[in-house]
Amino acid sequence: MSVGAPRGLQPVTETTHPLSAAQETLSPVPDVTASCHIPNSSNSGGGGGDKEAVLTNGTPIETSSPASASSLLNRLQLDDDLEADPLDLYASTETRDLFVTVDDPKKHVSTMETYITYRVSTKTTRIEFDLPEYSLRRRYQDFDWLRMKLEDSQPTHLIPPLPEKFVMKGVVDRFSEEFVETRMKALDKFLKRVADHPVLSFNPHLNAFLTSKDLNKRQGLALLTKVGESVKQAAGGYKLRARPAEYSAMGEYLDTFNQKLGTMDRIAQRILKEQTEYLVELREYGSVYSGWAGSEDALQSPLEGVAGCVSTCCAAMEDLSEGMSQELLPVLREYVLYIESMKNVLKKRDQSQAEYEGRLEAAVIRRQEDKTPVPVEVEKCQDRVECFNADLKADWERWQSNKRQDFRQLLTSMADKNINYYEKCQSAWESLVSQLQDDQAENTNETNCD
Amino acid sequence: MAEDRRDRSGCTSGSEPIEDDLDDNENTTMVGSASTLSSRLEVSVAETEKRSGKNAMNMQEMFTVYLVETRPMEALAEGRNPAPDSLWRRYSEFEVLRSYLLVTYPAIVVSPLPEKRAEFVWHKLSADNMDPDFVERRRVGLENFLQRVTSHPVLSHDNILYQFLTEEQGWKEAVYETGFQDKADSRLRALSATFRVRNPDKRFVEMKRYSDELQTHTSQLLRARARVADRLYGVYKVHGNYGRVFSEWSVLEKQMGDGLQSAGHHMDAYAASIDDILEEAEHYGDQLKEYLFYAEALRAVCRKHELSQYELEVASQDLVSKKQQREELATGSVRTFSLKGMTSKLFGQEAPEPREARLHLLEEQISEGEEAVKERRAECQVHVGSAWVDVLRFRQQKDRDIREALIGYALMQINLCKKGVQMWSNTKECFLKM
Repeated sequence: MSVGAPRGLQPVTETTHPLSAAQETLSPVPDVTASCHIPNSSNSGGGGGDKEAVLTNGTPIETSSPASASSLLNRLQLDDDLEADPLDLYASTETRDLFVTVDDPKKHVSTMETYITYRVSTKTTRIEFDLPEYSLRRRYQDFDWLRMKLEDSQPTHLIPPLPEKFVMKGVVDRFSEEFVETRMKALDKFLKRVADHPVLSFNPHLNAFLTSKDLNKRQGLALLTKVGESVKQAAGGYKLRARPAEYSAMGEYLDTFNQKLGTMDRIAQRILKEQTEYLVELREYGSVYSGWAGSEDALQSPLEGVAGCVSTCCAAMEDLSEGMSQELLPVLREYVLYIESMKNVLKKRDQSQAEYEGRLEAAVIRRQEDKTPVPVEVEKCQDRVECFNADLKADWERWQSNKRQDFRQLLTSMADKNINYYEKCQSAWESLVSQLQDDQAENTNETNCD
Repeated sequence: MAEDRRDRSGCTSGSEPIEDDLDDNENTTMVGSASTLSSRLEVSVAETEKRSGKNAMNMQEMFTVYLVETRPMEALAEGRNPAPDSLWRRYSEFEVLRSYLLVTYPAIVVSPLPEKRAEFVWHKLSADNMDPDFVERRRVGLENFLQRVTSHPVLSHDNILYQFLTEEQGWKEAVYETGFQDKADSRLRALSATFRVRNPDKRFVEMKRYSDELQTHTSQLLRARARVADRLYGVYKVHGNYGRVFSEWSVLEKQMGDGLQSAGHHMDAYAASIDDILEEAEHYGDQLKEYLFYAEALRAVCRKHELSQYELEVASQDLVSKKQQREELATGSVRTFSLKGMTSKLFGQEAPEPREARLHLLEEQISEGEEAVKERRAECQVHVGSAWVDVLRFRQQKDRDIREALIGYALMQINLCKKGVQMWSNTKECFLKM
């Protein structure tokens, strides 16, 4: 925190430094339970900048960067007040110095397996990257690896969800164009969300994922698994004394929102089904007009005109349905998965609080017995809970704001698509009406002349 | 006169095209008067009323009566606005009137009545005969029927029709006095009997085929339309669920709440808008149905042509065979006379007396037959002539009506689209505020 700490820490003296958790430091300490090792000096307001940060795989890294510090400020300000701050703007633009895209899926067939790879392209100005641009191919497994790494190395953060695995073969055709396209978009979304995140985007695993030809997937795995398990062990079945109301509210929100998403998904599916059936009937309806046109003289062209309009409407409806299924459904799906991730983080937070409460309780009892001071371990735990809370709150705000933007954009686009559909149909019918009315005028003129 | 011309064209061949145009129309109308009833009388079906009464089985039943109003055009033209003469009629009375017209004017494509029961309905639409919407649509249909017959160049001069419109009492008796029912019965029997016409007028063969096609296409269209309406209803109504979920969701949200809430209201309105749209669309359905039933009327005219042609052919056949018999008999006797002795010996028993009598009888039958053929031919020619005129009139009317109906349909679609654009734009505004 050599660079960022002085600026970033000023407004948040009462809480633990969230960055220390963010940039955190899984030193291979013998104490298994202390997965989030934070110098207790941070509690006394001194700012724990002197801690030597060690990455999970043992490689020392720089502890912070200006970008993450200012974004931290941004996050915290979101917490405290929503008044616009020049720094706020500054932060949001500064974090956008890492641009990633996932595209160009390719199928690979080998004797062992068949799989799809996607091109992952990176453009960046960050100094952590050796080159300004990278492009390499990754498969789903690699994304899965990245997500696992992120989740393990940054347990206090909300990691965006990956699209489902679909391990069950045969249920989904994993090599169909539609499936690959949808998955590619979801992977792109995932990677963009990670790259835009003020903390996650500095994770060295992401760096490796974006730049190294070969991912050493085994690296550091054993330790991380142990860390994850330790949290579970510590908190299993423990009932929290006093979970702050805001986290309960978050949990409730997620449950209800999940329900609403489920409902919306069902509605969207149902509309698509109705539209498909409507389309079938509409096509049939149009062909009846063409059939009738064949047995008429004077009415031939009007009837054909109607048939033409109906088929224009069919095409417009098809576009509408396709657009909705490609746009609306994946977002709903993503948010359902997002909620799962978020719940996961909430659970981990509860566990971490439980651990703290458990230790504190034990310590209090012990103190009553032999008057020893509260051990350092307990304080560490408290720190960890507090940094968890801060990260979670920041991510929550961030997620809420993303969600709002995403849904605003999504629903607006849904409205646009419908408007577009109606406009296409309307213009088809309007041109038919003017044509028919012209003909009619002509006919009356003719009969009048007779 | 056109009919004179047709006399010479020879009806048995019946296939010669007759150049007809609308100018013939007035010449061939049976009454020959130029002005139709509708130009003298404004006719409308103004109101409906639900009544209950005893039917023939002495059972209580509910039925609807329709108020037929007439006002002299003359008075209207002079700017006076007299109270209309009015009387109540039941649907069944309209049916009697139409059967009467059908029987009395076999050469006319008599316009159909609105359907007796709602057919080709999409499932949300009531099929109940007492349903107010159904009754209203029937009222419009009956008014349309009256306007069509009163503006028809031939039918409008019918006295029974006039009485139907103007005399509440005694009309039924007057209709039945015409004996149209007996005629209808015998006609129907003849029609149902299988008969094969050798030389039908090709135009009518063509027209019969066309009437089948018209029926097929309109009924297909009505069926498809009902299914499309069903599906469209589904699409709109499912959107209504968004209304609910948006408003439930809005409770959870702070900043998005208001936008979602009002977007939800718009979605509710969107879902509800389909009811009016489809109700309005039923008018188009009724227009198509009229032509579905017209197809039947057109076919009836064609079949009546076949019938009269058939009767003519039977009579001619009979005459030819009679003539042949006479020929044989005559030549036989000639031969007998020339070989006097031989035949006398061979057919000694045959006296000249009965032969003469038979010959005489045949002669009589032949002249009767000739008379009958002449009659039949005349009847056939009259039918062909006037029927063709009316068929042409019908065709023009149909082309005009369907074209108008299609324009009306397209305008309705435009309206639907405009509503859709409007509602989604409103919804979009709300989304943008989120």
